[in-house]
Amino acid sequence: MSGHPSYQPQSAFMRWMERRLPLGGLIYSSFVAYPTPRNLNYWWTFGGILAFMLGVQIVTGVVLAMHYTPHVDYAFDSVEQIMRDVNYGWLLRYLHANGASMFFLAAYIHLFRGMYYGSYKEPREVLWILGVILLLLMIMTGFMGYVLPWGQMSFWAATVITNLFSAIPLVGESIVTWLWGGFAVGNPTLNRFYSLHYLLPFVIAGVVGLHIWALHMVGQNNPAGVEPKTEQDTVAFTPYATIKDSFLLAVFCIMFAWFVFYIPNFLGHPDNYIPANPAVTPMHIVPEWYYLPFYAILRAIPNKLLGVMALGASILILAFLPWLDTSRVRSARYRPAYRQFFWAFVIVCIGLGWLGSKPPEGNYVLFARIFTAYYFAFFLVILPVLGKIERTKALPNSISESVLREGKPIGAPAPPPASAKV
Amino acid sequence: MARARAVLALAVLLAAPCAPARAQEHETPAPPTNRWSFAGPFGKFDRGQLQRGFKVYREVCQVCHALKLVAFRTLADPGGPAFTTAQATAIAAEYQVKGEPDEQGDVKDRPGRLADTFPPPFPNDQAARARYNAVPPDLSVIAKARGYERGFPRWVGDIFTQYQEQGVDYLTALLQGYKDKPPAGVTIPPASFYNEYFPGHAIAMPPPLTDNRVEYTDGAPMTVEQYAKDISAFLMWTAEPHLEARKRSGMQVFIFLIVLSALLYFTKKKVWHAVKLHPEELKPRPPSEYPRA
Repeated sequence: MSGHPSYQPQSAFMRWMERRLPLGGLIYSSFVAYPTPRNLNYWWTFGGILAFMLGVQIVTGVVLAMHYTPHVDYAFDSVEQIMRDVNYGWLLRYLHANGASMFFLAAYIHLFRGMYYGSYKEPREVLWILGVILLLLMIMTGFMGYVLPWGQMSFWAATVITNLFSAIPLVGESIVTWLWGGFAVGNPTLNRFYSLHYLLPFVIAGVVGLHIWALHMVGQNNPAGVEPKTEQDTVAFTPYATIKDSFLLAVFCIMFAWFVFYIPNFLGHPDNYIPANPAVTPMHIVPEWYYLPFYAILRAIPNKLLGVMALGASILILAFLPWLDTSRVRSARYRPAYRQFFWAFVIVCIGLGWLGSKPPEGNYVLFARIFTAYYFAFFLVILPVLGKIERTKALPNSISESVLREGKPIGAPAPPPASAKV
Repeated sequence: MARARAVLALAVLLAAPCAPARAQEHETPAPPTNRWSFAGPFGKFDRGQLQRGFKVYREVCQVCHALKLVAFRTLADPGGPAFTTAQATAIAAEYQVKGEPDEQGDVKDRPGRLADTFPPPFPNDQAARARYNAVPPDLSVIAKARGYERGFPRWVGDIFTQYQEQGVDYLTALLQGYKDKPPAGVTIPPASFYNEYFPGHAIAMPPPLTDNRVEYTDGAPMTVEQYAKDISAFLMWTAEPHLEARKRSGMQVFIFLIVLSALLYFTKKKVWHAVKLHPEELKPRPPSEYPRA
């Protein structure tokens, strides 16, 4: 990605500064002159949205932490104190609680976009793995944040999830006791969750830095899935990408505001407005919506240890995606068969989410098992095999060409790979 | 579109075999939905209703149920029941709250002040259980702590209709849902009452409301139905005291964001216009030159 104009400091101060700390040059080359493929669609704006959401969560979270008390006897009431007596406390809390949902929504869209357009493929494997690490960190952070208000769901979610570790043979029980800091979920658990909930977002911010660094090393993928070849194939990040990102961010914020101001408790569970009570188990313990697919996978498997392993594997398997997908064509645009399997995968993930909210009985379990099987088969069977046998469509010569033809295939399809059996 | 239909078809396919199983499991009817003045994007509490609801709380609920998160001062806050500060002070003074230690270190009860919260009717849960065989829940956030399963596809519609009143609708139904005798074939444990809307139907709370139990001076009907609605609305306010401010700010934020989005959209169009303007510079090559996948 060379050849774009370098930073020319305009003021004497910036010239002075640039010789000592080239921050202006870094920002200029990363966010102004950085060449982005000209054919990026709106699915590419979610990276910026995610960065914005991380900022929202950290800013609201830091202020909430000033008013919150991490103690089993005061946590619930201190959250209500924020809602009642802190100026705009209701806004901070609803922004933070709904912000977590928006964060996950954007992350899932970002992830599915990467899968659809093959953004994980060579040379973007490390970029992709950093993304999987970010997802893992987000899952941990979100879970611990959900425990902090110390409502019924907080308490029982903490109990259920920490108990998963008891499935580990021999040392499981000791690990759970160590995690709890006692013999049940209690004040030490709440305190360490609070500490880690404050710490992890900054770890996320650090990994986001690496993620962006890796991105700027290899450049962005694009809907055509062919690398930029000429100057014509790219446009400067500013103003082109900045304005496009800003527009969709504003639209995203409209949806965010709809939840925060009008239906702030829609995504929450009423039981979490009941103070935690270790003596009363809620009728159905359900996690937040963004964990439901993983929860469904956990419960689909009758053996506890295997269920926990499947839960872990369902996330970790994403890290191996660059090597599980054997196709050399990146974009699903030119992979008609992959496209079908991809959309089936999306439906399966949504289906698992729905099943995760249902009690584990009757047909729900049956469907959860079928969907779980597809989830893993997609990675372990479909992707490795499909890459070898799929007839892909002809790739455009360049990004410019794909723009010119509006993504429609030109000419005859490419000959099938040598290994294909027809 | 085809994809959307596929998702819908799949959802229906999945829901169909599961639905009858659920119907047998809970015979609890869905609470009827009411029209609330505080529903929707422009929602505001009905001051008269909140004051009547407060009267119901004071004369009926308060005997057993605490409101420990609600401070007397908030009764005079904007967006609430709109009592004057003098009225709120007078209300506070009618309560005896636990005082501060005096010079001798003795703690005596004293009349409530604006800064105090409603004193609980029982010193602890054990005392409540000893008396009523159950712990009457604190009512401060009860309107958000209760609800009912909306089911698919109604919950999707709720996003757009902004239906957030499951809690109050449930409370209103519960207060009117008592039946003198459980239906044939249903037995409930002693010292409990049959209620149509309560999960499991056996509720420890005796029917709290009867017609004419609380005197209304503003001409509102003194019926169980009206009492149930008024107390539910009051409890919605105690659960969400800044609801009006929230919805008002929401509208301002909305107008701002929509104008901003529109401006950004047209700016984006303008910026990208130059890129779209010269497609002829992009020369396609013949298929023979296509790279192999």
